[in-house]
Amino acid sequence: MYGHDLDPYRPRASVVHALDPRVKLGLTLAFIVTTALTPPGAWPIYIVLFALALATALLSELGVGYVLTRALLALPFALAALPVLVTTAGAPLLSLPAPLALTLTVEGVARFAGIAFKSWLSVQMAVILVGSTPFPDLLLAMRALKIPRLLAAIVGLMWRYLFVLADEALRLLRARESRSAVPFNGRGRRVGGSLAWRARVAGGMVGNLFLRAFDRADRIYAAMLARGYDGEVRALPRPPLRAGQWAVLGAGLATLALLALAGFLLWG
Amino acid sequence: MHHTIEIEHLSYTYPDGRRALRDVSLQIGMGEKVALVGPNGAGKSTLLLHLNGILTSTEGRVRACGLEMRKENLGKVRAGVGLVFQNPDDQLFSPTVFDDVAFGLLYQGLPEAEVRARVAQALGTVGIADFGSRASYRLSTGEKKRVALATVLAMDPEILVLDEPTSGLDPRGRRSFITLLRSLPQTMLVATHDLNLVRELLPRTVVLDGGRVVADGATADILTDVPLLAAHGLEE
Repeated sequence: MYGHDLDPYRPRASVVHALDPRVKLGLTLAFIVTTALTPPGAWPIYIVLFALALATALLSELGVGYVLTRALLALPFALAALPVLVTTAGAPLLSLPAPLALTLTVEGVARFAGIAFKSWLSVQMAVILVGSTPFPDLLLAMRALKIPRLLAAIVGLMWRYLFVLADEALRLLRARESRSAVPFNGRGRRVGGSLAWRARVAGGMVGNLFLRAFDRADRIYAAMLARGYDGEVRALPRPPLRAGQWAVLGAGLATLALLALAGFLLWG
Repeated sequence: MHHTIEIEHLSYTYPDGRRALRDVSLQIGMGEKVALVGPNGAGKSTLLLHLNGILTSTEGRVRACGLEMRKENLGKVRAGVGLVFQNPDDQLFSPTVFDDVAFGLLYQGLPEAEVRARVAQALGTVGIADFGSRASYRLSTGEKKRVALATVLAMDPEILVLDEPTSGLDPRGRRSFITLLRSLPQTMLVATHDLNLVRELLPRTVVLDGGRVVADGATADILTDVPLLAAHGLEE
C-alpha cells in the first residue's frame, strides 16, 4: 500500500537498467571486493574507482546527487574504524591529554580517511544496483550466483514482508494520531501526556508489532507447508547470458582485476 | 446549527499518482446516520481518513464539527471525530485494554479519577466492563472490535466514523454489534459492504465509486434501485 515508497528501485530506460541482473550483481560484488582489497594510501586507484562509480551513476540516469547522498548512509558504519586514528603507528599529529593519553598519527588519519572513502564508494555501487534492478530480479541473480538458496529465500521473505510490517506500523501511527486530541473546553490543561508516558505508549506499539510479526511468521510458515514446502526453495532456471552481456561482465571484471593488481604492485 | 461534516469539492491523489477521490461533496447534519457504500478501492477509507485530518488535500474543503482542517484545529477535530479503523489490530496498540481505552484521555491530560471513570463507562457501554486488565493482543475479533469502539467512545466524540464495523464478525457477533451501534446517539458515518447493516441502522446512503459520489439519498430508495446497485457492484 503506502510502504512501497520504501522501494529503492527507480524505473528508468538506461543501459544500466537493461543489463542482466546477474551481470550487475556480479560486477557490483567484484567492485566492492576490489575496493576492499585496494591498499591504504593508493589514492590514484581510489580515484579511478570513484570515477567508475560516477560513470555508472551517470549511465544509470538515477542522478549523481541521488547516488552520492544515498551512499552517505555508510558513514555511521565507518565510525567503527575510528580507533585506527590512534592505533596506527607513525608520525604523531596530535596528543590528547593525560586521562586518555592517545596520540593521533598522520598515518592513522590517512588510514581512517581511506576506510571511510572506501565504504562510501562500495555503498554507491550498491545504491546503483538496487536503484536499477527490481528486487525480484536481484533475488534470481543471487540464486544464479550460487548464493545459498536458504539465504536468498530469507532475504526474499524479508523483502516481501518488510512492506507489510511498514504498512502495519503506519496504520498504528495513524490510529494513535487519530486519538491524540485536544479537549474542546480544556483551556490551560497540559495536553500530550508526560514524556515517560509517551515513551511507554511507543514501547507498547513496538511490542505489538513484534508479537504480530511473530504470529505472521507462524501463519506464513503454515501456508508454505500447506503448499508442500519441505525446506528447499525451488525456482525456474533463468535463460543463459547472451554474448553481449558476457562481454560486459568480462570487461568489467578484467578492469577491476587490473586495478586490484596495480594497487598491490604499486602500493601493497 | 452547523453541519457536523461538510465536504466541498474534495479531490485527493496519492503520492504515487493514483486518484482516490474526485470532486466529492457531502453534507451530514447533526444526529444523522449515514452509510458509505461502494466496491473495494472506491475511495471509502481514503474519504474517512480526511474526516479527522490524517490525510489532507489541497483540492477542496473539509470541515468537521464546524472546524476547518487546519494544523491548529486538528487536535480539536480529533476530539470531535471518533474514527474506528477497519482492522481493530491497528486501533489497539497498547499492552492492555485499559491502556488502549485510556490513551486518548491521558493524551488530553485528564485527571486520573476521570480517566478511570470514563474508561469504565466506555467499556460498560460496549458490554465488556471487566476486560480492563486483559491483553488487547489476546482477544477474539469480536472483542477487539468492541474495544476499538470503546477507545473512541471514551473520548465522547460528536461524530463516530466507522470503517467496516461488521467485517470479520460471526453472525452472533455481528448481531450484537449492530444492537450496540443502534444504542449510540452520535452522528454516524459508516463505510461498509454489509447492506443488511445499512438497511437496519442507517436511513441515508451515499454510494461512492471510482472516487466519485454516484448516489446520495434515502437508504430505502437506493437499496431498491437494482440497476444502480448492479452498476456499482453492490448487488446482494
